[in-house]
This record gives sequence, C-alpha cells and structure tokens, in this order.
Amino acid sequence: MLHALSLWLFCLGLWLLLSGLFDNPLLLSFGALSCTLVVFVAWRVEQVDPEEQPLRLRFGPQLILYWPWLLRQVVLANIDVARRILDPKLPISPALIQLKPSQRSELGRVIYANSITLTPGTVTTSLSGDSLEVHALTREGADALLAGGMDRRVAGLERGNP
Amino acid sequence: MAWLIDGLSWLALLGGVFFMIVGGVGLLRMPDFYTRLHAASITDTLGAGLILLGLMLQGGWTLVSAKLLLILLFLWFTSPTATHALVKAALSDPENPRPLLHEDAPSSKS
Amino acid sequence: MFAAAAFGILACMVLAMARALLGPTVYDRIMAVNAFGTKTVLIIAVLGFMSGRPDFMDIALVYALINFIGTIAVLKFIRYGDMGWPRNVPDEPGDL
Repeated sequence: MLHALSLWLFCLGLWLLLSGLFDNPLLLSFGALSCTLVVFVAWRVEQVDPEEQPLRLRFGPQLILYWPWLLRQVVLANIDVARRILDPKLPISPALIQLKPSQRSELGRVIYANSITLTPGTVTTSLSGDSLEVHALTREGADALLAGGMDRRVAGLERGNP
Repeated sequence: MAWLIDGLSWLALLGGVFFMIVGGVGLLRMPDFYTRLHAASITDTLGAGLILLGLMLQGGWTLVSAKLLLILLFLWFTSPTATHALVKAALSDPENPRPLLHEDAPSSKS
Repeated sequence: MFAAAAFGILACMVLAMARALLGPTVYDRIMAVNAFGTKTVLIIAVLGFMSGRPDFMDIALVYALINFIGTIAVLKFIRYGDMGWPRNVPDEPGDL
C-alpha cells in the first residue's frame, strides 16, 4: 500500500513537472486520474511479473559520493577513447574478460553492470548468476576493471557491507 | 555574471558537438561491431550530456531546464540498457562474426 | 551559435547514417539507427531553443522514450521473429 502511494505521488510530481499546469482544477483532476490508472496498471503487472524489493540500498554518504565519482570516471574514459579514435594509428586492443562481482543483491549487480556499460570503452556483454562478461576496447580498461575499484564502490552501496 | 554563464554554455555546446563528431568518426573508423559500440557510447554519454548542459545553462532555473535534465537522466539510464541488449543479441546470434580480440589480452576467451 | 551546434549535430547524423548504410551486419545498422535517434533528440532540443519554442522539449522527451523502446522492439523482433511472447523458442534465463 505504501509502495502504491509513493508511486502515485511520484507520478503526480512528474505530471506536474511535465505539464506545468498548477491552477486549472479540471486538468489537475485529469492528471490525478491518469496517475491512478498508472498505479492500477503497475499493480496488475506486478502480479504477473514480481520485482525484487527496490529499496535494498543504504542511503548514506556512499550513495551521494558514488554519482560524482562515476561521472568523473565517465568523463575520463570519454577523453581517453576520443584520443584513441583521433589517433591515426588507432591504438586499440579489444579484450573479452570475466569478472566475479562481489555484490550480493541483484540490484547491486545491475548497478555495477550498468556503470560498466555507461563508461565508454567497456561494455557488459552478459550478466548471469554471479559472473559478468565484459568487452573492453583497450587492455588498460580491462585491467582497471580487473583491479576492482568500481566493484568495491558498488558493493559499498549495499546495506550491511562495510 | 550573465556573460560568464553565456560563455560557459557556448563552451559546453561546442564541447558536446566535438565529442559527438569524434563519436561519429569512431563509428566509421572502428574495425568491427563490438568496438564500434564503444564509439557510439561516447556520443550517448558526454556528447549528449554536454549539449544538454549547455542548453540548461541557457534556460536558467525554469521548467524547460527541468525537462532537459529529465531528458539527460533518461538518456543516461536507457543507453546502457540498449547497448547491453544490442551486444547480447549480437553475441547470441550464431551467424554474427565473433569479436576481434587482441592476442595477448588478459584472460581472454577464444 | 545555436545554428553552429545544429550544424555539428547534423554532420554527426550524416556519419551515423553512413554507418547505417555501410554496416555489414544488421546489428551495426541497429546501433547506427539508435545513435541517430539520440542525435535527433538533441537536435530537436537545440531547434526548440533556436526558434524560441520551449514546447519542443516535450517532443524531445517523447522521442527519447520512443527511440529506446523502438530499439528494444527491433532487437526482439530480429531475435524471435515475433513481437509477442517467444512461443517457438525454449526458455533461456536472462534473455533480452
């Protein structure tokens, strides 16, 4: 019930943000009605295809510090890949590597895999069970992932991990 | 103050266009499909990010900037998903060529 | 200046279109069309600022949504030959 209510409030906030209408009662009630419809459809879908409880992450300094860190990594990787593309010799050394993620929850592994794919130069090719396959554009990128800095940071987001 | 924000926004727009064109050139220069994906992800992350940041600086604190931020967040959440679906489909297709690998790559699978 | 940005994005769209026409495999073409869609979202946003019509941002947002869903739908169609549930393929965990 709390889940449905928070989804409804989220949808209403999004509707207000996108429509920009705050003073027309008829349109506001239509917006509230459409949010209710969305919550109903989401409830129906949830019965067919249940989702893991989403709020398994610890809200703390780690979560706030993770995004700027990821943004910095993305910018650095962008500059590196752009330099390699503009180099006339095209200095790439593609590699396919296996990783063992240390996150325990599914959500943690998905955040890890998405972070890898968002960073240019590395793409997650498969995520099954507790192993992760990554295609890297360069050997340096593959070595940086094997060193496991990002893995430790994402594992630190999970509840109960140090 | 206004000229500073204006200058920053032009700088962000020009940087975004630069990264986009680099990504486009990479899309044509890279030798096989799997390496081209990395070039495409440049345009999706920093190219789109810098252009939308430049537009947000032009928009100021308005509803338009909030929408631009929403577009940016949406692109950054969906582009890894689309890339992953693409590479997974390509790898599971037996007729698609395997990725070219560098010979002395670390713990590579043949 | 917005015009310069729009021209840059258009040049990049030409490069992506060239890859879509050249691409040896069908996945190259899907990737190029996906990149083309991302650039379309950006050019709609820039054109909205250029012509002073902020309503274009809504169109850009919807285009971003359709681009993602379209890519996934085309991939699914190529994998299964069917937009619905994959009836003729045995269950494989972790597909698409």
